Amino acid sequence: MSRLPFYLLVGFLLIAGIALSVHRHVAFEVPWMPGEQRQVWEVEAQVNFTALGDPVMVDLALPSTQKGYRVLTENTASSGYGLAFLEDNGSRQAQWSIRDATGPQQLYYSVQLLVAPQAVDRTAEPPALPRDIAWERPFDTAASQVIERAQQRSADAVTFARELIRDFTGDRQGENARLLLTQFERTPLLVRLLNEAGVRAREVSGLALDDGRRRQSLQSWLQVFSDDGSAVLFNPVTGEQGKPDNLLLWEDRGGAVLEVQGGTNSRVSFSMIQHNQPASTAVRNQLADDTLINFSIHSLPLEEQALFQTILLIPIGALVVVFLRVIVGLKTSGTFMPVLIALALIQTTLLTGLIGFLLVVTVGLIIRSYLSHLNLLLVARVSAVIITVIAIISVFSVMSYRFGLNAGLTITFFPMIILAWTIERMSILWEEEGPKEVLIQGGGSLLTAVLAYLAMNNPWVRHITFNFLGVQLILMALILLLGNYTGYRLLELKRFKPVTED
Amino acid sequence: MWTTPGKLRAKGIIGMNRRNIRYIGRYNSRKLYPLVDDKLKTKLLCHEHGITSPALIGTVMTQFEVKHVTRLLQGHAGFVIKPAKGSGGKGILVIEHVDGSAYIKPSGAHLGREDIERHVSNILSGLYSLGGSPDVAVIESLINFDDTLTQYTYEGVPDIRVIVFKGYPVMAMMRLSTAASDGKANLHQGAVGVGLDIATGTALRGVQFDRTRHDHPDTGHELASLRIPGWGTLLELAASCYEMTGLGYLGTDMVLDRDHGPMLLELNARPGLAIQMANGEGLRPRLDLIERQPEGVDASARVAFARQHFARRAELISSADQTPA
Repeated sequence: MSRLPFYLLVGFLLIAGIALSVHRHVAFEVPWMPGEQRQVWEVEAQVNFTALGDPVMVDLALPSTQKGYRVLTENTASSGYGLAFLEDNGSRQAQWSIRDATGPQQLYYSVQLLVAPQAVDRTAEPPALPRDIAWERPFDTAASQVIERAQQRSADAVTFARELIRDFTGDRQGENARLLLTQFERTPLLVRLLNEAGVRAREVSGLALDDGRRRQSLQSWLQVFSDDGSAVLFNPVTGEQGKPDNLLLWEDRGGAVLEVQGGTNSRVSFSMIQHNQPASTAVRNQLADDTLINFSIHSLPLEEQALFQTILLIPIGALVVVFLRVIVGLKTSGTFMPVLIALALIQTTLLTGLIGFLLVVTVGLIIRSYLSHLNLLLVARVSAVIITVIAIISVFSVMSYRFGLNAGLTITFFPMIILAWTIERMSILWEEEGPKEVLIQGGGSLLTAVLAYLAMNNPWVRHITFNFLGVQLILMALILLLGNYTGYRLLELKRFKPVTED
Repeated sequence: MWTTPGKLRAKGIIGMNRRNIRYIGRYNSRKLYPLVDDKLKTKLLCHEHGITSPALIGTVMTQFEVKHVTRLLQGHAGFVIKPAKGSGGKGILVIEHVDGSAYIKPSGAHLGREDIERHVSNILSGLYSLGGSPDVAVIESLINFDDTLTQYTYEGVPDIRVIVFKGYPVMAMMRLSTAASDGKANLHQGAVGVGLDIATGTALRGVQFDRTRHDHPDTGHELASLRIPGWGTLLELAASCYEMTGLGYLGTDMVLDRDHGPMLLELNARPGLAIQMANGEGLRPRLDLIERQPEGVDASARVAFARQHFARRAELISSADQTPA
């Protein structure tokens, strides 16, 4: 009988669990610790225009998750406007529409961005080169001279772009460059020259993030594609290469940022603020673009999420029980009763819960000892115990409330059927094995429940189980491994000690 | 207070986890459990296979029959009422003799007719059965146990537990009830366990509450002289339970009847590990040896093999008063 399939299964579960968790950590920046703070930018775009009384359509380009930033949530405010988020070819847009509007209009869009160093750019398709680029005299000669000059001092597309921009900046700005700048805007001119030289490039819009700034506008940046198709960002004014850390690319497909039909004087301005928030909140705010592999509880409504937070803790309790029974050898009354008690303890807090539990069980045992004299059938007797438990809980709740102890009310969180069975089992144990065994098993159960409670109530454990579903597979693998343990239990080292003495 | 796993391994001690996975899990098929968990089934099976066991007086299946239970008991001096699916000796009521309308327990306590009826009713409602499922009360005649063993026990009937592995008797002990164990023969309740030499059926050593004992705590009788009569028959009876049930790792509980010799009392598919304490030796080397033996050997050959390989000398007799054989 080979154990190979078993170890393969355990190995598979372990690897899958770890891989899923690491994937979630890396791809979604879910932190391993619950207390970690994450930097979040809140950027608001305000669109202003004057409507002419005709149907109005407003298209605003929206930022996407990119290198350094991850889009968490986005909101819009626009009374009376219809709104749609459009996505085509990787560029995202908000489209507002209204049949009839007159006078000054204001539309708001705000986005929360998580500072995420590991976030990656979406693959950017290089734009196609335009067919013919026509220059008027005398710009054609100026352009060809500028291109020629830059080409001589460069080796490839990127260095060519760098040299070209340098010719348009500062002291090196030549006569040709000055001439061209009189006729063309800087960035479109650079794109045009690059295209002329066969280098694919486009103009993109970026926003410099600076805490507390208002009424900012977008700056244009130059995106140049090297020969192997990767994009390099240039500052068209300074010629600096690379994307600054605080730059958010608002529109990176070379399209328009704002398009308004049916309005004039349109303009978009930005204000931004930076704040820190706990990592777990940041995770919760992530957009639910979950595929099966990113399978996450966070895509559920909040209420169900809260429920799952508890459900996902049960395997931790089960692991504690398996460990205490298989490795330590502790006796408990009812295998998983301690886990249920531990779940109740989470609601009641430890001390109140323990006092409540002991009170209910003690009073229950006293009443149960009377019931055993009545010579009843089992099901009827347990039912009677259930009603007794409910009565005890009600009396304690009312009494503690009268005495002003609100904590006493949480006693209702205890599972009553389980309590009734516990009382029944303890009572039989008392009659058959005596009070000592009741103390051993009851104490074992309570100890297990408290340990399970401590494990399940640990903030780190709660964070890990809730945010990393892969952990469930790891727990499964651990429990399977424990189920295969043939060694001695800790308490057996004590039990069998006399044998080894002679 | 604690020992090390290394020392236990050197002694060949088997722990719970190993017993469950390596022996019970591997050699005891789940579907055979009902044969031993239901004492009524075991009894009928014994009858079929010609294995001696205490005579069946009757069974009570429904609460309705409870009222007629005393009629069933008429004419029987002593009897035992037990739940068919009980475990760990729970719910076993022993009545030594009937005095008019009073039923007298071995402890001398008197029970009335209602007490008997309530006990039977409790059994039927599943109070003593695993998982609380409804049960059947089995009434069998009391064993007239062998007088030679009276001095070794207090109140209850001493029984002999033999672990049978793949049909080979591997280890045996006698369980003597004490005042502490309330006449029950369960070691964790305080009964004295006496390890028995597989070869001869003589006492090896005694333990109570996991500590070594040389005498019975209540009768004060020394344990060294304990010798089980009819040992060979008893071992063959135990060994043949393997063919009867098909269970590879089996605990057989036997008693010695004055008239009928060794009798099978009940079987256990999950026998405890305390027998290792009573023998001062681990099961592991013996089980390993048996695992290497071929299948299809008949019961008497298996017993002969075990008696030859598992022979030991008593630790109880001090060298001073040891008489040469």
